[in-house]
Amino acid sequence: MEPLLSCENVSFSYENTAVIKNLSFHVNSGDYLCIVGENGSGKSTLTKGLLGLKAPAEGKIIRGSDLHGNEIGYLPQQNPAQKDFPASVFEVVLSGRLNSRRFRPFYSKEDKKIARENLKKLGIEDLIKRSYRDLSGGQQQRVLLARALCAGSKLLFLDEPVTGLDPIVTEEMYKLILELNRKEKITIIMVSHDIKASVLYATHILHLNFDKSFFGRTEDYIKSPMGKYFFSE
Amino acid sequence: MFNFAEMFQYSFMLRALIGGILISLCAALLGVSLVLKRYSMIGDGLSHVGFGALAIGSAANFSPLEFSIPIVILSAFFLLRISENSKIKGDAAIALISTSALAIGITAASLSGVNTDIDNYLFGSILSLSRSDLVICIIVFIVVMILFILFYNKIFAVTFDESFAKANGTRVGIYNMLIALLTALTIVIGMKLMGTLLISSLIIFPAIISMRICRRFKTVIIMSSIVSVVGFFAGLVISYNRSTPAGASVVLVNLAMLIVFYVIGTVSDKIKAKKFLKQ
Repeated sequence: MEPLLSCENVSFSYENTAVIKNLSFHVNSGDYLCIVGENGSGKSTLTKGLLGLKAPAEGKIIRGSDLHGNEIGYLPQQNPAQKDFPASVFEVVLSGRLNSRRFRPFYSKEDKKIARENLKKLGIEDLIKRSYRDLSGGQQQRVLLARALCAGSKLLFLDEPVTGLDPIVTEEMYKLILELNRKEKITIIMVSHDIKASVLYATHILHLNFDKSFFGRTEDYIKSPMGKYFFSE
Repeated sequence: MFNFAEMFQYSFMLRALIGGILISLCAALLGVSLVLKRYSMIGDGLSHVGFGALAIGSAANFSPLEFSIPIVILSAFFLLRISENSKIKGDAAIALISTSALAIGITAASLSGVNTDIDNYLFGSILSLSRSDLVICIIVFIVVMILFILFYNKIFAVTFDESFAKANGTRVGIYNMLIALLTALTIVIGMKLMGTLLISSLIIFPAIISMRICRRFKTVIIMSSIVSVVGFFAGLVISYNRSTPAGASVVLVNLAMLIVFYVIGTVSDKIKAKKFLKQ
């Protein structure tokens, strides 16, 4: 099977310092990959690379043939300015359809239908007329997840999706993501600093550590020296 | 009752009214995006650069508008760059540029002999809008309207979430530049009416006022257009009636509206909270 996304001997530098060296991994359709690593290990640089916003210094990032140009559902880290943004939930979710618009300036009925379907899929169709700024943190993340699904439903790229959520809502968010992966067969790539939760849900782990990064199945990660180090306590 | 017909029998008043309303509408549309992106200070910085350029322009006997428009547009791109670059503190850099431009302008003006124009540029004058200025107003208005409607959805996406828009292949930089360019044009032209020191109020007030009670992006845009037109019209009428400076009167009307909307917003929030508790 052709991988959905693969990295071959990729190196990235940030402000003229190499942060990732000689990294290779691949993501197959249906995988759930967690990218973990300490602060400064290059998680956000790699994120930019995988989204096609930054070219690697060396190596290649290859997108599979059934993953078209912009068909990645991306859930960025929340920015603080967004929390009190005056926009309705529907306006936010619909903006996920922007990449399918190309040069047509307005959304079609089809776009609106897809937006409604994704709200339903995440169980938040009753929020459709609410204002984004009146929602709780967990609800806001669900809305942004619905928007990501509108942009692309093959691969979801989640950048620290539970930051700032309380433990109960965090748990719900993880379950929702797992459900999307298992039931809807959506491939997940999640950047996380929560190694314990990553091991619990992901099928694969990529632990960034300069030129000694680990990539493999979760059960192998737990047995690896790196995994043992984190789970010895 | 006050006689509107008498007020607008003067052609300069009519020009000020039409030009002012068109500029207010442009400022209101762009203002929502600027305020939400935390770029409000760019508007303020640009108006000071505009003043510097106008002062140098009139000291050197260039046509002031044609000289200052390209300079302000260039500074708009520059200020945008500074704000996007996290290494330099954007707000401090804007303050440096604003005060420097103001100082250069005042020095240029005093070296070339005392110029009554300078006072008009600082505080605005409703007498100052010439027929050709009005034509520029109309052109800028049409351009802003068409681009805003055509790119409305993109502007929303870029305003709400740049990283998401970027990841989905939207060329965020171009839309930011578009907004900066249109803002620069609006400010240079609006300065003649409102004055350097007050023009940024047209950008900021309507957006803040409408955000207090509106909860959807589209209604915020519509409400701030209405607020800006009402504010300008009422300000102009008061200015004519009481012989107060036009720019200052418009700002004071906006301030009054801000207070009223805040009270309404707070009361309606409290009522909602009570309803919620009863459920």
